[in-house]
Amino acid sequence: MKALVWHGPQDIRCDTVPDPQIEDGRDAIIKVTSCAICGSDLHLFHNFIPFMKPGDIVGHETMGEVVEVGGDNKNLKVGDRIVVPFTIFCGECEQCVRGNYSACERTNRNRAFADKLLGHAGSGAFGYSALTGAYPGGQAEYLRVPFADRTHIKVPDSLSDEQLLFLSDILPTGWQAAVQCDIEPTDTVAVWGCGPVGQMAIRSAILLGAEQVVAIDRFPERLSMAAAAGALTINYAEEKVIERLNELTGGKGPEKCIDAVGMEAHSGMLPAHLIDRAKQALMLETDRPHALREMIYACKPGGVLSVPGVYGGVSDMIPLGMLMNKGLTVRTGQTNVCRWTDDLLRMIEEGLIDPSFVITHTRPLEAGPEMYRTFQRKQDSCIKVVLKPEHMSQTRH
Amino acid sequence: MMHEPETIFRKSSLGLVDHAARGLGFFSLALGAAELAFPGAISRALGLKNQDGLLRAYGLREIASGLGALQPNPAPAVWSRVAGDALDLAMLAQGLSADNDKRVAAKTALAAVAAITVVDVVVGAMLSQQAARKEPPRDYSDRSGFPKGFAAAHGAAAGYRGPDFMRVPREGGGAPAQTGGPL
Repeated sequence: MKALVWHGPQDIRCDTVPDPQIEDGRDAIIKVTSCAICGSDLHLFHNFIPFMKPGDIVGHETMGEVVEVGGDNKNLKVGDRIVVPFTIFCGECEQCVRGNYSACERTNRNRAFADKLLGHAGSGAFGYSALTGAYPGGQAEYLRVPFADRTHIKVPDSLSDEQLLFLSDILPTGWQAAVQCDIEPTDTVAVWGCGPVGQMAIRSAILLGAEQVVAIDRFPERLSMAAAAGALTINYAEEKVIERLNELTGGKGPEKCIDAVGMEAHSGMLPAHLIDRAKQALMLETDRPHALREMIYACKPGGVLSVPGVYGGVSDMIPLGMLMNKGLTVRTGQTNVCRWTDDLLRMIEEGLIDPSFVITHTRPLEAGPEMYRTFQRKQDSCIKVVLKPEHMSQTRH
Repeated sequence: MMHEPETIFRKSSLGLVDHAARGLGFFSLALGAAELAFPGAISRALGLKNQDGLLRAYGLREIASGLGALQPNPAPAVWSRVAGDALDLAMLAQGLSADNDKRVAAKTALAAVAAITVVDVVVGAMLSQQAARKEPPRDYSDRSGFPKGFAAAHGAAAGYRGPDFMRVPREGGGAPAQTGGPL
């Protein structure tokens, strides 16, 4: 089959690789009908999460049709249409029964290695390095879904791939980011980063009834998409973020702040940014946490910081004194996708939200390498890329 | 048996100019390390007097440029190499004086730096061109994502609550409202 394969930093290619096979009774194999490039795939592309190996298949936003099912999998059958959550979970361990699927204790098959690095490892994930189990990713014609009897979202035929695909990651990620803010009707929610997760967080905050949502970015096309949902916008390349946030909140700051940027923040030529850049280049820190720093400064005392943006390791110059003295609550974590997807699917069916708004580019899978570049460089007003395998080889080998 | 992937489209996300930038990056790292470690030997070979400190500083500069050229956007680092080339050319020009018995070596080094300056300029220009946002930004202001409109969407899930531990204290210090909501 064809798949997008990581060969090294910024080197993704469309290769032929062996078709996946059932390896466990709980598995399923799906024929991928749509997959997408996630902003967090760019962290792998840039090698800022340095645990990829040449030959690893990338991608963790995938959906398709079940074509083969393991003998112990009683929840799926051939022909089922499913979206695959990016976090792989067993549904039975202590964390899963609490709904903390992204902390599943069983599915990270490199757990010993990840435990050493992280203290205690999270769940397995598709196409996201040895740190999450080195599972082949879903930017491919076919995908083996481990623990597929639980790791799936069955979806109806009445909705299109484009409406459903983002149940795999960015919609529940934006939703979780907003839900964990515990939004009240009087709240101002400020969202740093108007990429795909930021866009979903903005819409989630509006659905959850925030009084006003403020979107912060520097790219006009992203800000226009944020404004389309009713958000107020701040272009940080043209305006002072803190001043504008204070203007919009009577000088008090937003009650809830969402970091949809993560480890590769930009902040112009500020000294802290240059220091971060230098340290990142020297591998003295893994992350450039500018958005997080600014959130801590901007947030109203007693407020909540929600962090769906991906951080890879260690960051410097986090103003912990400010965080502590303002009594801020920080909530973060990989998304517990299936905790939220029943409700989100219902909202899509009811027409409250249509996540397909975010798609700016649809291309064949073979164009993946080029689209990684387009997305990375923010060219052609690219915000979200969906890739369509053409299944030239109709039978699996 | 390890499977060796076969590239179908031969089209990597890494283009020729990206490879060139990496090559320049590794070259900078090697040259910088040599200038830091052996400034005396280099200055003697070129007939430069009292330039050890300057060579060490240039070594640091090369290493910084080299690290930069290996980052996701190498263009600024490659342009910094061009600026560095100008400094190198100025230093090497001092070696062309008639009293320098290593003048031939200095001339050779000057020619080499001039040649690499051309490469740096070409690669820098290509990288800048490649990274540029060529089209004007599109207007996505018709993409609300709310099929029933903003008014229907705003607060449609207002009663939705996550787990109890995600609740923040309410005005008056009372307990958070009960969990659960309209969804």
